[in-house]
Amino acid sequence: MGQSNRALYEQVILEHNRKPRNFHAMEDADRRIEGHNPLCGDHFTLYLKLDGDVIADISFEGRGCAIAKSSASLMTTLLKGKTVREAEDLFVQFHRMVTAKPDAPIDEKAVGKLAVFSGVREFPIRIKCATLSWHALLSALRGTHSSVTTE
Amino acid sequence: MRAVREMSSGIPSNATSIFDVAALRRDFPILQTTVHGKPLVYLDNAATSQKPQAVLDALARYYAETNANVHRGLYQLSEASTRAYDAARHKVRDFIRARLKCEIIFTRGTTEGINLVAQTYGRQHVKAGDEILITHMEHHSNIVPWQVLCEEKGARLRVAPITDTGELDVQAFQRMLTGRTKLVAVTYVSNALGSVNPVKELIGMAHARGVPVLVDGAQAVPHLAIDVLELGCDFFVFSGHKVFGPTGIGVLYGRAELLEEMPPYQTGGDMILSVRFDKTIFNSLPHKFEAGTPDIAGAIGLGAAIDYLNHVGMDRIAAHEAELLQYGTEVLHSIDGVRILGNAAHKASVLSFVMDAAHPHDIGQMLDGEGIAIRAGHHCAQPLMERFDVPATARASLAFYNTCEELDALGKALERVHEVFG
Repeated sequence: MGQSNRALYEQVILEHNRKPRNFHAMEDADRRIEGHNPLCGDHFTLYLKLDGDVIADISFEGRGCAIAKSSASLMTTLLKGKTVREAEDLFVQFHRMVTAKPDAPIDEKAVGKLAVFSGVREFPIRIKCATLSWHALLSALRGTHSSVTTE
Repeated sequence: MRAVREMSSGIPSNATSIFDVAALRRDFPILQTTVHGKPLVYLDNAATSQKPQAVLDALARYYAETNANVHRGLYQLSEASTRAYDAARHKVRDFIRARLKCEIIFTRGTTEGINLVAQTYGRQHVKAGDEILITHMEHHSNIVPWQVLCEEKGARLRVAPITDTGELDVQAFQRMLTGRTKLVAVTYVSNALGSVNPVKELIGMAHARGVPVLVDGAQAVPHLAIDVLELGCDFFVFSGHKVFGPTGIGVLYGRAELLEEMPPYQTGGDMILSVRFDKTIFNSLPHKFEAGTPDIAGAIGLGAAIDYLNHVGMDRIAAHEAELLQYGTEVLHSIDGVRILGNAAHKASVLSFVMDAAHPHDIGQMLDGEGIAIRAGHHCAQPLMERFDVPATARASLAFYNTCEELDALGKALERVHEVFG
């Protein structure tokens, strides 16, 4: 395992990949959205239940690489009970981190547990994997589309 | 003409009569390089092949010594360039054992060759209610051009099924040939599974019904000796870059009787005999299908690649690759949780696989850390991925310069993937 791969595949990521959280369909979801990466065939469905502007429940199902799957899993654990605004702000911080230069400092306070994805900075091609579920989430919150793609 | 002679003599310096892989590898500069501090193990040959020094030299020498446009100048350089370009066509004809040099059309690659046939022969002959027959294991480039043509004409694209081992269901194929079938387009070797189709038999079936056949030879040419006359195909297409030549050059072979009757694909310079504002007369074959300045250097580079392959010997290549395939299959079977997709009885050296624990992209990423290059994805064959109910596979595709030691390195790296992700 190369050094940069070790940085990419943090234990937390591998663990969420093995046992994804909130990994199920939701019968009574208010919103449901598909996220595709047509280049690799990855495909997730995200389910949301909103209480006003609070994310009351969130789950996902589908298949994809370890980065995409663990990112979706961790996202669901972080957003339950958060407001739409808080979710959007967290995504902005997350996106800023994964698209930064590899040696840029990480604002751990802003990204929290999502800091485990900082290894993605060394592999620009994997940014799409890490952000697929987040893009789906934002689209679902805005209620604009029924599906999003990375392309 | 010194330059042309030198260009046509691009033979490997180290190859001897025994199959000396170590010596052959020295002919490929990129195989001497490292990735992440580890020797490059290049196992993505179905995507593109590496180039021997003889090809690199032919390209450099062409631009340094012979560069001029073809079929134009009445000066020595242009004549030399034209001769070298024609010599390349000659080499291609001999390589695939076509009858006539004018049956060899230079294209940008397999994709362009298929589009050319779809947009000329296809548009001319396919009408509403007609059918085009392909198989479930085609590359997107042998699906979409036909799909678009069928939509335009109100024709129907039919797809012959494959079995769970990744072999074409030949009986179903035969049943799907009907009075409405106007063309068959079939791959010789599956890029995603490695399955080798019995194209000669398929062509016989189609011809019995008077249906012409296009063979997608992109994945066959690097592995098998090709004889288009023996196969009896009407069209045969392949890409230079998959057969150790440069990118940007490819070949369409067509039977002269068919090519003669087909309208031009693109129009412009070089493909004309005379142009007046009221009437243009098209040039003869093969020029009718080569509008504009061709990829002269690419054709010459492909010619050098063919010289190289002839020297190595396609039969010896096939024998070595058969050993590699068997060894690689055993290596993959020895790793927990690995499943090979495509277990056809007749296979080229392609190992497509999935792992229980890890997604193909994670496998590809982990292997890259070890300097091992494989492809992870849908291999431009999404219908095939759906057929096997996987979003993607990892694929190690082997060339004659690969070794059992490299397959050992692959096995070791995959064991590590199993440990990390399992």
